[in-house]
Amino acid sequence: MKKPYYLLLILSVFTLLGTSAYKAADGGYQVGDSASDFKLKNVNGQMVSLRDQKEAKGFIVTFTCNTCPYAKLYEDRLIQLHKKYAAKGYPVIAINPNDVKVSPDDSYAQMQKRASDKKFPFVYLYDETQEVAKRYGATRTPHVYILTKSGQDLKVSYIGAIDDNSGDPEKVQKRYVEAAVDNLLSGKAVTQNSTKAIGCTIKWRNNS
Amino acid sequence: MKYTVSMIPRRILCLSALLFSLLLTGNAMAQTQKVASVKLPHLQKYLNSTSDTTYVINFWATWCKPCIEELPNFEALQKQSAGKPIQVVLVSMDFAKDLEKKVVPFVSRHKLQSTVFLLDEPDQNAWIDVVDPSWSGAIPATLFVNNGRKQRFFIEKPITLAQLQEYITSKFPNNP
Repeated sequence: MKKPYYLLLILSVFTLLGTSAYKAADGGYQVGDSASDFKLKNVNGQMVSLRDQKEAKGFIVTFTCNTCPYAKLYEDRLIQLHKKYAAKGYPVIAINPNDVKVSPDDSYAQMQKRASDKKFPFVYLYDETQEVAKRYGATRTPHVYILTKSGQDLKVSYIGAIDDNSGDPEKVQKRYVEAAVDNLLSGKAVTQNSTKAIGCTIKWRNNS
Repeated sequence: MKYTVSMIPRRILCLSALLFSLLLTGNAMAQTQKVASVKLPHLQKYLNSTSDTTYVINFWATWCKPCIEELPNFEALQKQSAGKPIQVVLVSMDFAKDLEKKVVPFVSRHKLQSTVFLLDEPDQNAWIDVVDPSWSGAIPATLFVNNGRKQRFFIEKPITLAQLQEYITSKFPNNP
């Protein structure tokens, strides 16, 4: 008589297992992990890797793109971040991971145009295979990973948003990335090392 | 003899006025709905509702292409779920300043029938985890929640109508 209940129990256990397995598959870096280097093509045609930048203390790696309204709202703020922190050892490394078939305006040629129109002072790299975005666990644009050099290691020190008001730069209360880099520059642990924000989902290749 | 309004029995006058206004509102409801700009507690009414209703809460924006593409699936689900304890709630992530300029025209142009409101909470880090801790903030994203049956399911990617129906039947099996 009790059989159906057992069946139901087994069924719900499997449902729960299925849900958690799905979440674990997302992967990507957590704060404190070591990030691996990459070699990606910049809008000027040169290949860029993090190790090549010997003078840097770390990097403000930002997954962004040409098309997402939120990413566009942050272009000027990224320029300001780079101007403020590149000289102090933390340059902005912008990476576009969007698939060109799904989002044609995120092509390499369009990246070159955008970088030149906006006079990006930072490198703007094309993650054509989307491998870097996948390895890092980026899900949206813009999505920031602050890396800190520690010997040969690149330590993930912060993951998240640039600040707390994408729509209106005037109304920003908390500048998460600035606060994190300031912490790192003064040799402290990052106080708020993880934040979230609404962004455009990365346009993954259809077959992946 | 001239007829005047005063000569028509008052009861009939009231009744026809009532019928006429019902007709008007009913018609207006089928056409378009008002879209309110709300704060977090309004969304939490759905997140924390203890009624035996499965809320399908979709986070979208007029500027989000994959969101716009999947909206008809949610509209179809809402239509199919008539009379069932399933409610689709479309939460716009557009900026409050774009409510009248973008969201209202969009909702009326597409004649959206599901519940729609705009969540005006710029400090997103403060509430994304309230919706679901596994949400990174990318949209489209959808939460299925039925607190009455202690069931919830969150997904951070576009959904087809077949998937929507499958989630409802497999993860919320007690729904009729």
